[in-house]
Amino acid sequence: MGLAKVWVFAEAEGDKPASSTLEMLTRAREVADVVECVYVGAGADALAGALGEHGATKVYAVDGGDGLPGVIGAAALESLVATHSPDLVLFAQTYDGRDAIARLSAKLDRPVITNGTALSVDGDAVIVGVAIFGGNMLVDTAFSGEKPYLAAIRPKSFAAEPSGGAAAAVEAVGAVDAGRAGQARVLERHVEEREGPKLEEATVVVSGGRGLGEAGAYDPLVEELAKLLGGASGASRAIVDAGWVPYSKQVGQTGKTVKPKLYIALGISGATQHLVGMKSSDNIIAVNKDGEAPIFGVADLGIVGDVHKVVPKLIEALRARG
Amino acid sequence: MHVVVCVKQIPDPVVPGELDPGSHALKREGKLILDESDSYGVEMALQLVDKAGGGEVTLVSMAPNGEVSGLRTALAMGAAKAILVSDDALAGSDALSTAKVLAKAVERAGAVDLVLAATESTDGYTGTTPAQVAELLGWPSLTFAKQVDVADGTVTIQRQTEAGYDVVEATLPAVVSVTAGVVEPRYPSFKGIMAAKNKPVDTVTAADLGLGANAVGWAGARQRITQVAPAPAREAGERIEDDGEAFQRVVAFLEDLKVV
Repeated sequence: MGLAKVWVFAEAEGDKPASSTLEMLTRAREVADVVECVYVGAGADALAGALGEHGATKVYAVDGGDGLPGVIGAAALESLVATHSPDLVLFAQTYDGRDAIARLSAKLDRPVITNGTALSVDGDAVIVGVAIFGGNMLVDTAFSGEKPYLAAIRPKSFAAEPSGGAAAAVEAVGAVDAGRAGQARVLERHVEEREGPKLEEATVVVSGGRGLGEAGAYDPLVEELAKLLGGASGASRAIVDAGWVPYSKQVGQTGKTVKPKLYIALGISGATQHLVGMKSSDNIIAVNKDGEAPIFGVADLGIVGDVHKVVPKLIEALRARG
Repeated sequence: MHVVVCVKQIPDPVVPGELDPGSHALKREGKLILDESDSYGVEMALQLVDKAGGGEVTLVSMAPNGEVSGLRTALAMGAAKAILVSDDALAGSDALSTAKVLAKAVERAGAVDLVLAATESTDGYTGTTPAQVAELLGWPSLTFAKQVDVADGTVTIQRQTEAGYDVVEATLPAVVSVTAGVVEPRYPSFKGIMAAKNKPVDTVTAADLGLGANAVGWAGARQRITQVAPAPAREAGERIEDDGEAFQRVVAFLEDLKVV
């Protein structure tokens, strides 16, 4: 029933595998006999334990130097795929994952299915589920044509669970020639200070939208509330487009999917673009002036009111509790 | 400097989307508009050409029925000309087929220094097309740019990362995908709108670009939709009007959840 071999394009956060990598490994081992990883970057040995614990038996490790991991990864995958013939290669819907799947797709002349939130195997068919129209419709798409199939999966689509496997064997892959594309060089890395958890991993997410009125309202309302609740701050597309906050904060169809225990939407109307990224949250609180806003259709607690009046009082009350 | 911007003309996102019941493709009938995501690339291109002290901006787009409404918007902003690929054979094209078409259109544009695109479209949002175009052209791709500078045959960007941003550079010609909000797109002036009506739009077919029918459209997509189902609906809960004390209800809700 299952597939013979599935590969996961692994990514790291610091010296640990990214949670999206472990999530994909968990699902991959349920549908495949053999699960292996391809990783671009330094320190593959440090990742081997956790990757193995989640089902990977081998890691093909590529030293990317100061190249872009997705670009180097695609070039490495092109030759690895030719030698080892995986049935399916999974990528996370992340910056580097998207680079890698895009370039590999063009190299191998294979289509991609991206933004996947489900993966199943039915006989010969490999099916990827994608939510469209703000998550109102679920579309299952099966690959046809030649393998390997290439799919990108949105983080948080599966729960990561260890299987107790032994550390993955690390197999170093020699120098990769990415051609002119490989000329792209990372000159500097800037780590922006982040207080509290990552957006996609936070238990509480507080997001702001156009209803904040101005860029200057984001910090005192959204950031402050997120901080008080030990959560992460997010944003609707409208205020990312307006340049108030960076793209990395965007929750929604063209941004991140979050599934926190609690999602608080401040001044967000709830366009389908946004809802698809947050409506699977366990609990949703919305504060918005417009009682007709679609966000109230998914909110467990909806406050029809001005964020500039409600939120400062809320912050004050939470501070008073200490 | 010659900058090409890949732009998509899409159904107005304000109108709820629909799938064609037969093909399960996104319905793209009626008037199309410039994808707002692309307005940032157009603006960035215009600014880069200004800074370079000369050159022009060419648009490339693929759309059904010779659709030009969205292109006119970008021409009115200041782009000089456009190449539109429109062909019934392109219906059902996936991201890779689209990239094949756009890469050929870029080649048709002549000597090009830089190609700009949005990180993803608003309607299909596969999010792979810019890097696929780069791979097909054999060019470097710098993706998810939040700042773009060009000097001495090199493009340098600030690339969005999970942790912050990386400064990344490549030699020209290159493809750069820009994130939304990086620049403030200008509103077309009346003069710009009038001028746009007379700007050249080179409308071509897939065959004109040397693309066979098997490479693009439904034949090129190599995937089939097996099921379309409504997602489980989420029920709306309690709703209250703020009377000045609504924050207390929020505090109680937070207490119930034990997040405070």
